[in-house]
Amino acid sequence: MRGAGAPHPRTSEPENPVLVVGDLVVEHRNRSTGEVFRAVDHVSLSIAPGASVAVVGESGSGKTTLAMAATGLGARGTGDIRLLGHSLSTIGRRELRRLRPEVQVVFQDPHGSLDPRQSVRSGLRELRALQPRRTSWIEDAELLGRVRLAPEILDRYPHQLSGGQAQRVCIARALLMRPRLIVADEPTSGLDVSVQADVLALLQEIRASTGAALLMISHDLAVVRSLCAEVHVMYRGQVVEAGPCEQVFVAPVHEYTRELLAAMPGARWRSRR
Amino acid sequence: MRAVSHLQLDPVSVRRASRRPRTSVFWLSLPLAVTVGLVFLLPLTGLLPDAGQNLDATRQPPGFLDGGAWAHPLGTDKLGQDVLTQFVSAGRLTIVIGLVGALVAIVPGTLLGVLAGYFRGWVDRVISVLINAQLALPFILVALAIIANRGSSLPVLFLVLALTGWAVCARVTRSATLAVRERQFVFGLRAAGASETRIVLRHILPNLAGTIVALGTLQVGTAILVESALSFLGLGVVPPRASWGSMLASGQDELSQAWWIAFFPGLAITLLVLLVNLLGDALLTHHDPRKRRR
Amino acid sequence: MKASTVRRVGGRLASLFASLLIALSLAFVLGRLSGDPTTTILGPMAPPEQRAALRHELGLDLPLVVQYLDYLKGVLTGDLGQSLQFYQSNTSMIADRLPYTLQLVAAGMSLALLVGVPLGVLAATREGTRWDRAASTLALLGQSVPVFWFGMMLVVLFAVKLGWLPAGQSGTPKHLVLPALTMSVYPMAHIARLTRASMSEALAEPYIDSARARGIAGWRIVWRHAFKNAMMPILTIVVLQTGILLSGAVAVEYVYSWPGLGQLALQAIQFRDFPLVQAIVVFGALVFVLLNLLVDLVHSIVDPRVR
Repeated sequence: MRGAGAPHPRTSEPENPVLVVGDLVVEHRNRSTGEVFRAVDHVSLSIAPGASVAVVGESGSGKTTLAMAATGLGARGTGDIRLLGHSLSTIGRRELRRLRPEVQVVFQDPHGSLDPRQSVRSGLRELRALQPRRTSWIEDAELLGRVRLAPEILDRYPHQLSGGQAQRVCIARALLMRPRLIVADEPTSGLDVSVQADVLALLQEIRASTGAALLMISHDLAVVRSLCAEVHVMYRGQVVEAGPCEQVFVAPVHEYTRELLAAMPGARWRSRR
Repeated sequence: MRAVSHLQLDPVSVRRASRRPRTSVFWLSLPLAVTVGLVFLLPLTGLLPDAGQNLDATRQPPGFLDGGAWAHPLGTDKLGQDVLTQFVSAGRLTIVIGLVGALVAIVPGTLLGVLAGYFRGWVDRVISVLINAQLALPFILVALAIIANRGSSLPVLFLVLALTGWAVCARVTRSATLAVRERQFVFGLRAAGASETRIVLRHILPNLAGTIVALGTLQVGTAILVESALSFLGLGVVPPRASWGSMLASGQDELSQAWWIAFFPGLAITLLVLLVNLLGDALLTHHDPRKRRR
Repeated sequence: MKASTVRRVGGRLASLFASLLIALSLAFVLGRLSGDPTTTILGPMAPPEQRAALRHELGLDLPLVVQYLDYLKGVLTGDLGQSLQFYQSNTSMIADRLPYTLQLVAAGMSLALLVGVPLGVLAATREGTRWDRAASTLALLGQSVPVFWFGMMLVVLFAVKLGWLPAGQSGTPKHLVLPALTMSVYPMAHIARLTRASMSEALAEPYIDSARARGIAGWRIVWRHAFKNAMMPILTIVVLQTGILLSGAVAVEYVYSWPGLGQLALQAIQFRDFPLVQAIVVFGALVFVLLNLLVDLVHSIVDPRVR
């Protein structure tokens, strides 16, 4: 067993981006009306190893569709997506399945992310069976310790966990895979305010200790600001502004970004400071 | 450790375990179990009257009516055979047909419903057309056509029950699957490298188990009713075999002289199907979170 | 009409057409599998030449595809073939029997509506009370009883024991009472359950509360607001059940020796008159699909959203 924060066995050069999205377009067709809705409209972005990138925007702006397409879990769309140097459009099914554990997703609804019929223990056991070599680096109890959960949690079923506990279990499950990229899709918006900060701190800590890159999907600018170095602002499927967090937040160029900043709780107080 | 963790359960879990459906499921299952037990165990006790013919005691009324004798608690038929003895052995076949008939409808129905709901695309389109075609046909005609063609026998009866029952089950499991496959844990499993087969077998199906059991229960009732109608018309269970439905067929000719021959099997079917339907409804409510909330 | 409406109606039409085609093909295949009809007509001892001649006459020596197309053409032009048993056109025999079945279905369905709707309303407006439980159990009982057995017991009681009503045959209104009552049991139960479900759903809506708060009388709320919500499902069930009963009244017609389509189907099966069975199946499927279409059309006219 390797110690906590064991370094990744690098398979590609460190300077190669973990994820490159080039000119992605994803459209949804409404089955009954036949209308086509463009959820993601010519979006490009790139995430370097260990980087922390945020995509912000209001709900319905295409953030989640972008994340699902970029990780190969949702509708593909057109455009080039390269995950750890592999193009998703040409990759074989087998290879994709081998590649998938490198990207783990933490979803908004922690209870929906756990099979209600599986205890925490049997869920972890299944992950270990799926990826025996990848997951052998840490024991269950220690893993739960990393996300600050007591080992008693192992025998509980999802409905017996609070939202914060469930989300920690989800983070532990992601951590177990030692991913190169963690996609966090509104990881705190389903939680009580009191536990939101803990979960964010946990994500930050895991990113720092494992060297995984973080793609944060959020509508909450405060969350993004505290966690990420780079931000992409999405509006109606398009990235309207992108750049380092400080630059975007201090000197927003696009009108929509300004609106978002103005709508932030405590915005006036912060700007005066 | 286990005990401790159970003590620490938060109030959420206590609130979610609604008590009423569980108790009603128990109180409905009990008489069903007793019925099944009686029908299968009574012949072993030797308490039942002799099954043979007795031309001196034809069309005797049941014991509790005028002119009846307790030697034949439910009376005798036109050959002097004891109705209770027939009733018990016919009940066995009826229950077996109900169970097997539900199974042969539920298994392909679930399979097709899950396939359609999970894989979507052309698989879904083909299966949906079949479901709609089946639901848009008067099933009794399909049954009649098959029986007219193949004659009546138990395998044909099961074929009819399967053909007429699968579509309802497929439709329900399809929409249930559609809901489960969009749950986030499915994406999580895929991200962990789980194969689609594994997701379907180990995660989708277990999550549908409650619905499937409820559907299966309701299907038992349907199977018994369909069987009784077909047997009544002489197209299902035919002599020398007997079910409650075929007892109704022989009782039909005797209605004016010996109404009790038809009365008890019909009553038994009604009560059995009623219990099964109540149980199925209770199970469905129990497993349908949308209904549970009300 | 909007493009989306056209798409939806088109989709439904295509789906119904596919259903019909599957039914027709099934009937055809079963017809071909049912053995050599020349044996049924000429008997097992007939000489082979005679059989070959008959087969030629019936068109059975043609390739299957040609037979199938001929059959479909026949269905389109209303020609459902010849009965082996009655030496008559199947279409005309169905036309002869249809009025009897229609009469029975119409009477049974009216009765079902007259009793089922009030029963459902009673249960919905007194949800959770003894009335609700009694009405709901009664409805479930109606869906659990073998209706033909219920009919038999009606015969025992009203015809054999009391002698009030005739037990079988048809003709006078008196003859119709017991069969119609029997026929109504299942749809009545179905309508009652459906009425209760959709009305209690509507009664739980916030706008009902606001109507109450505005002082609108209780019965007015029930009929003007909540019942409107239950109308469409009831109408749907009535039309679809009519389709089922038209062809599925076999057992009830048998109990009362009612000379309708069901009896005809039963006779056809007993004599292995497969062309007639096939014709009745095709007729039933046509009626059923047309009624389905009717329901869809009414839906899209009455409710602009449709689901």
